[in-house]
Amino acid sequence: MTRETPQITGAQSLVHSLEAVGAEVVFGIPGGAILPAYDPLFDSTRVRHVLVRHEQGAGHAAEGYAQATGRVGVCMATSGPGATNLVTPIADAYMDSVPIVAITGQVPSAAIGTDAFQEADICGITLPVTKHNFLVHSADDIPRTIAEAFHIASTGRPGPVLVDLPKDILQGLTSVLPHEVWPPALELPGYRPVTRPHAKQVREAAKMISAARRPVLYVGGGVLKARAAAELRVLAELTGIPVVTTLMARGAFPDSHPQHLGMPGMHGSVAAVTAMQKSDLLITLGARFDDRVTGRLASFAPGAAIIHADIDPAEIGKNRVADVPIVGDCREVIADLTVALQAEPRPDLEAWWHALNRWRETYPVGYDLPADGSVAPQQVIERIGQIAGPQTVFAAGVGQHQMWAAQFISYEHPYTWLNSGGAGTMGYAVPAAMGAKVGRPDATVWAIDGDGCFQMTNQELATCALEGIPIKVAVINNGSLGMVRQWQTLFYDQRYSNTDLGTHPASARTGVTRVPDFVRLAEALGCVGLRCESPEDIDATIEKAMSINDAPVVVDFVVHPDAMVWPMVAAGASNDEIQVARDLAPDFDYSGDAEVNL
Amino acid sequence: MTRHTLSVLVENKPGVLARVSGLFSRRGFNIESLAVGPTEHPDVSRMTIVVAVEDLPLEQVTKQLNKLVNVLKIVEMDTSVSVQRELMLVKVRADLTVRSQVLETVQLFRAKVVDVAQDAVTIEATGTRDKLDALIRMLEPFGIRELVQSGMVALGRGSRSITDRSLRAVERSA
Repeated sequence: MTRETPQITGAQSLVHSLEAVGAEVVFGIPGGAILPAYDPLFDSTRVRHVLVRHEQGAGHAAEGYAQATGRVGVCMATSGPGATNLVTPIADAYMDSVPIVAITGQVPSAAIGTDAFQEADICGITLPVTKHNFLVHSADDIPRTIAEAFHIASTGRPGPVLVDLPKDILQGLTSVLPHEVWPPALELPGYRPVTRPHAKQVREAAKMISAARRPVLYVGGGVLKARAAAELRVLAELTGIPVVTTLMARGAFPDSHPQHLGMPGMHGSVAAVTAMQKSDLLITLGARFDDRVTGRLASFAPGAAIIHADIDPAEIGKNRVADVPIVGDCREVIADLTVALQAEPRPDLEAWWHALNRWRETYPVGYDLPADGSVAPQQVIERIGQIAGPQTVFAAGVGQHQMWAAQFISYEHPYTWLNSGGAGTMGYAVPAAMGAKVGRPDATVWAIDGDGCFQMTNQELATCALEGIPIKVAVINNGSLGMVRQWQTLFYDQRYSNTDLGTHPASARTGVTRVPDFVRLAEALGCVGLRCESPEDIDATIEKAMSINDAPVVVDFVVHPDAMVWPMVAAGASNDEIQVARDLAPDFDYSGDAEVNL
Repeated sequence: MTRHTLSVLVENKPGVLARVSGLFSRRGFNIESLAVGPTEHPDVSRMTIVVAVEDLPLEQVTKQLNKLVNVLKIVEMDTSVSVQRELMLVKVRADLTVRSQVLETVQLFRAKVVDVAQDAVTIEATGTRDKLDALIRMLEPFGIRELVQSGMVALGRGSRSITDRSLRAVERSA
């Protein structure tokens, strides 16, 4: 008998392929259909598996890992409910262009479509929220499919890719050995992302920039995805143009830089929002004119010409017509723009900066301390930022605490701010912080969470405690779904329908306080639990949390329940109607600035 | 709303039709007609999609279609520089008293009868949308018992081909 060609199982092929593609960690939970993959995974010395407590946690952890490191995050789940529990983080990654690969088990090929136990058509379900997905038909295809999935997830506009593996494919034998075929030839004839910007468009943009009188660099998350923060700084300093960084771009340009006007949008700084409204040229880099940035679209930046650079051609002209569209990778676009601008005169921005500085000085982003001596949530977040320092990675949930974390922490470096921007997924913070800490074990990672968000995903603290992932969690406990409550205060006659959570000592519910008690909950989950209830204790509590590095720490910051996020542009309103506080619109006095007066 | 005809070259793989049609339904666009079939290359299918939509949302859908990994190429077929045809089979009530009148109508439209029964004929017709609509109007008085249409297919006029480069890309990757 002739010597047989060596064969491995599909499951072995999967694990070997993950090793070959460079995946160092997988966040997941085993179950029936994916079980074959967990057997070789048990033996892998190169791929670490982190056993999470809920698949949503696996998905957000993969996102946090990807956003903190720039590498592709990987999550794994079984078929049916395991896979459907991944849908929220997959949708989140789709909205925020986060490169993750989700690997799901599927019922055996012959059972597909029969309503078999734990069957769900996860490819069909995730069709609108993945960049692409694969149902694998043969164990021979596993190495190429994994290579294609990682390639699609991480190139062009990044995004989530799902690979669905029927159980019989994982159990079947193949003689295609990943280490022999790696890197496999990709079969993606229809996938050709454009990264090189068109030279003529870049020259045109440079001319407009040079001639502009009130330009603004409108910087979005695409600049971070392109790893172009250094290039952006060169461009900004060469031209002297003011910079705004969107919620997805915080950290792309140092907050301390004198040219930085802050965050634009619904809760942006007056200077950033107004600069865009009064601008004559928006140099849009990897941003997408999201409704939370533009306010009422028809009245957004009415006098501005638009340069729009994005790697995704479908973003250009989607919400706002671009005068100069540039399709390309932001790093290449910015580098080419910088070269082209060296041949052009530097724009004269003296009058513009005069106006900008006045708006910035008159309407800084700030907050009032509560008159009753209770803790201001903004102060807690600001102090965490100052004490933990600019090398710290911050992950936020969604709501008031997220906006305060975007406003009051000074971001000096890229990839230090992780949040759910597009999807607005409550519960993102704890698992994302966990993923970030796994990817960057030497960095301090703080989750800034709300008492509502925290109760959605805090079970991953058990994962953190057992797997040695010492994150720090600040629960900004105002006792309610704070952002919803803020809208009820402002737009629903202070009728607080279903927003009180009972987590606060001063709960509106009679006889209910601290359900749950976050300190005891933290301890039950294997973490250190701390509590801070008075302004004098803020610093000491944060320092105590900073001093604990061998376990996750949860701090229950009991804050004033009525604090609100300001400035604010009401949903659907024009950005011209920005309010710095309730019923308080900025008073713009443009007299004396003929150049800026519109 | 204007009517647009899109020719979409796609990889011949399971699920591609769902990906393409999903992009239209997600934006609330109704596909008026859709025809899919293989091309001269077995790994490539061609879809002809007719959709009534304004220019701006159409551009957005076209861009989104282009982002689908299995989509190779999209060309909008301008009616003035392309040949557009649909196939229709229609079963018309036609007993002996009116059969000759029905056959006369068939001849006028250069259609043909492909099946005949005591009281009905089945007619095959190809043509543009306008021609088929006119034929339907002429046949209605006799009584239409059943009607099926293939959906529009379209090909650009002249010697140029939209498939050349896309097929080469598929061959390279295969």
